[in-house]
Amino acid sequence: MLTKRIIACLDMDGSRVVKGVRFKNLRDAGDPAECATAHARSGADEIVLLDITATSGNRNTLLDAVRATARSLFVPFTVGGGIRQLEDAAAVFDAGADKIAINSAAVRDPALIGKIAGRFGSQAVVVAIDARKSQGSFEVFVAGGRVPAGRDAIQWAREAAACGAGEILLTSMDRDGTQSGFDCELVRAVAEAVSIPVIASGGAGSARDFIEVFRDGRADAALAASIFHFGLEDIAELKRELRDASIPVRWPC
Amino acid sequence: MIVIVDYGAGNLNSVKKAFTYLGAEIVVTDQPKMLSAADKIVFPGVGHFSSLRALDRSGLRGALLQAASTGKPFLGICLGMQWLFEGSEECIEVAGAGIFPGKCRQFPSSVKSPHVGWNSLTVQPGSRLLRDLAQDSFVYYTHSFHAPLVAATTAATEYGLQFAGAVERGNIFGVQFHPEKSGDVGLSILKNFCEV
Repeated sequence: MLTKRIIACLDMDGSRVVKGVRFKNLRDAGDPAECATAHARSGADEIVLLDITATSGNRNTLLDAVRATARSLFVPFTVGGGIRQLEDAAAVFDAGADKIAINSAAVRDPALIGKIAGRFGSQAVVVAIDARKSQGSFEVFVAGGRVPAGRDAIQWAREAAACGAGEILLTSMDRDGTQSGFDCELVRAVAEAVSIPVIASGGAGSARDFIEVFRDGRADAALAASIFHFGLEDIAELKRELRDASIPVRWPC
Repeated sequence: MIVIVDYGAGNLNSVKKAFTYLGAEIVVTDQPKMLSAADKIVFPGVGHFSSLRALDRSGLRGALLQAASTGKPFLGICLGMQWLFEGSEECIEVAGAGIFPGKCRQFPSSVKSPHVGWNSLTVQPGSRLLRDLAQDSFVYYTHSFHAPLVAATTAATEYGLQFAGAVERGNIFGVQFHPEKSGDVGLSILKNFCEV
């Protein structure tokens, strides 16, 4: 039976893993390669590394971190942040990523999705969408959540899938870092709108939140950062609780 | 020496990295003549079945068929396994190797496609590639088309229907999942291939 994936996310600032609340107030959480290996060992089904500063000045720092992280990681590894063109994606794949995540650049130029998918396959292209509830619908934000894109999240997810995206990584900005639960309404609306897998992100705080987003949100995977870094929830323990709630998970790992 | 065949479809780094981690000597090549010098051949691949058209243009198709027919250990991964069958509905103009019967097809509409994530293997006894693998071990899949169950199926996976997760006949092996991305389970499968 296909299992629900638990994905550990490493937000990178320079060469360090950090974590903020609602995209702000960053705290240091460690070395990326060490964090990734530790998460994989404790049962993470996948690792995502996001360069949240994504300035062109630290691209080499990021690529070094990708290389070091990929070296001893044998679960799927996604890298995002600052990928603006095909060449940026190629450099990240060359450094050892299995998938890339694109956000602002895809909104600006949806054809980029197809360009990367054409060369590396759709399975390697994750379109990340940051969305916030606004007057009864969900609005897309770009540039690390700073700029409203003037687009509806559900409609954009559909378009991204049609352009060749392999997965949608959907972050609720309202819930990011708050540990107050995933936005199941947002996740479900997108999951029902597309046939590609949807990864729910933003708000993970307890095992119950994961159970809800898999059941009510119909997520295919759920991503969390804060809780795993600071040891608030062990992935192995989380998976045991999911299994007890009859959510299919990969166990033992 | 294990040769990983590069025909321009996707990213071969992960496959190379996993074999290197296991201590294997690896050469990645797009040169047909390198296949005859190889001890073992790994034929990976992701993406669309039509990308296999490149095999004809480069002369790799003949070299791959030749290597497989001489009993050289051969491992097809993902699209590389699908190529071992007669073809795929994804691109009917491109012929597979026809080593295993039947064509690859889409998943039924009752399930989402692509099939992405960790799913379990129902393992048949006697496989050399899957030696010592626990029943219901989890492996990582990402694909939209699947190969049918055939006599040579050594592991089946359920997703809307039962399909071939792994096939094996003589020294020809195929896996639809990605052993290089399947944690310790995947590494043990690649290690078994190194030891064939």
